[in-house]
Amino acid sequence: MLLGIIFVISVGSFYLIHLLPGDPAVVILGTGATPQNKAILYRQLGLNRPIYEQYFTWISNVLRGNMGTSFISQTSVASTIRAALPIDVELIVLSQIIAFATAIPLAMRSARKPDGPLDRILGAGSFTLLSVPPFIIIVLMVLFISVKLGIPHTGPSSYVTFSTDWIVNLESLALPAVTLAIGSFVVYYRVLRSDLIATLQEEFITMARSKGISQRRIMWRHAFRPSSVALLGSAGVNIGGLLAGGFVVQYLLAIPGLGYTLISAINMSDYLLVQGIVLVVSVGVVLINFIFDFIINIVDPRISRE
Amino acid sequence: MSELLDEVSLVERPEKNKPLGVLFWICVGWITLNIIGAIFANVLPLQNPLFEDFNAINAGPGLHHLFGTDDLGRDIFARVVYGSRVSIAVGAGSMLIGFGIGAPLGMLAAYRRGRFDAILTAIMYVLLAFPAIIATIAVLSFWAPRSLLKIILVIGLASVPLVYRVIRTATMAIATKDYIIAAKVQGATDGRILVKELLPNIAPIAVSFLLIGIATVITLEGALAFLGLSVNPPTPSWGNMINESRTVMAENPWLVIFPSLALCLFLLGLNFIGDRLRSHFDVTEVKL
Repeated sequence: MLLGIIFVISVGSFYLIHLLPGDPAVVILGTGATPQNKAILYRQLGLNRPIYEQYFTWISNVLRGNMGTSFISQTSVASTIRAALPIDVELIVLSQIIAFATAIPLAMRSARKPDGPLDRILGAGSFTLLSVPPFIIIVLMVLFISVKLGIPHTGPSSYVTFSTDWIVNLESLALPAVTLAIGSFVVYYRVLRSDLIATLQEEFITMARSKGISQRRIMWRHAFRPSSVALLGSAGVNIGGLLAGGFVVQYLLAIPGLGYTLISAINMSDYLLVQGIVLVVSVGVVLINFIFDFIINIVDPRISRE
Repeated sequence: MSELLDEVSLVERPEKNKPLGVLFWICVGWITLNIIGAIFANVLPLQNPLFEDFNAINAGPGLHHLFGTDDLGRDIFARVVYGSRVSIAVGAGSMLIGFGIGAPLGMLAAYRRGRFDAILTAIMYVLLAFPAIIATIAVLSFWAPRSLLKIILVIGLASVPLVYRVIRTATMAIATKDYIIAAKVQGATDGRILVKELLPNIAPIAVSFLLIGIATVITLEGALAFLGLSVNPPTPSWGNMINESRTVMAENPWLVIFPSLALCLFLLGLNFIGDRLRSHFDVTEVKL
């Protein structure tokens, strides 16, 4: 199944160029293409051979890590992606740490007293935040934090990797990580809260209570695991969504991850780079979903037995 | 006898639905107001959203310009109202396409089952794995020139697998119920069962998913506008207004705040109505 999906994705990203009207060479090179460049491209992509042969040439190159060389920047697509991908990974990891670290304890608090004051406030607040798109959060954050308070955020020229200077690195990723974390928090909090409330009404919880086990231990040891299936499911979808949809935040704050690279590639009509990123991100999303399905089966073995 | 009747009515009494509440109707009113504003924007006494008044550049909110003006002296209130046209058109249009294709297929697959269902579901699940947002960006970025119709078409088609899955799951839960079997035994045609029996029963799920779907699509259009992949300026849309205002927001924060507020309140209204309908009709486990 997994291999089937990845195969279809590879065909999809490969075929993208043929779905578009006009000569693919012109699409790739732009209208100002010289005949020599066209000839080179035709040879490189094998555009005059049958379509399935073209696909096999392309996919065997991709599997060997060769996604072609951009005609715009003259650099290899694979190396551009390799430079950008770690930034996405770091951003996603940071945002998920923040989201889980806030969502889990707060959901437990709310579930302990459903419809209590804290639960009501968090319920209304999270529902409101659900309707605020990430690009508005980031714009308002820049407006109030950076512009009004005068705290600068760094651009791509000043972006440094984690290993070079981790303080500066974390400073520049703080704003986007918090923005992405808000979106994740809202989903995790709501999902975990309602599942915890349902679990706390089960008989084994009453049993644990009657044995005199502390509230805290019941939450973490007894209620959390059976309530975390939907949480893990939404985390899988959400992390995949951040990989595919993180471009808005990256673009606005000029953080040179995959999303930022994708948008600038689109603006420069750098077709091969777009194709490469579409392929990598799509496969990444599928893999993330697959891994989370696997984790869910470990956490709740009943699911695979059904 | 009367005791027996009591017992029967106790057993058969349908569960009371949760009331919709005042806030629900306020949200309905707000969404309706927005839609009316979008449709009749050129009839309403608004200023020209493209007129550049150089005597009033970056003016704050006031009597003459209700929400103030932007860096080119254009009236923000008029632009916010006109901007809702793009969002509402994209939301309604693409969901029309998504439901128009996805819903009948999903119902038919869940009702017929067999090979038709197996093949169609396999195709849809593979399509679902492909991140729709990336596909949308990729297609829109290379399919020049951009137009509102193309955006609606691309987003609409991208939403088909998701609509298919929701409607299929909802129909499956109902297709095995006794009253459907009873209708079959009575000799009702497939078409009649689909339209008269299944459709009314999945309608609450479909409507609440539709509303949340529209909210999601409007957010997506806003994100596309940020990347310059939505309608071209100077045509206002909430997304491109927020985007354009970023460069001048230190001098004129109203330029960011009003379109953001309009967008968020519209989304909040849609989400609230969808959520309330879902709990009102007690739609429990259909994954949205």
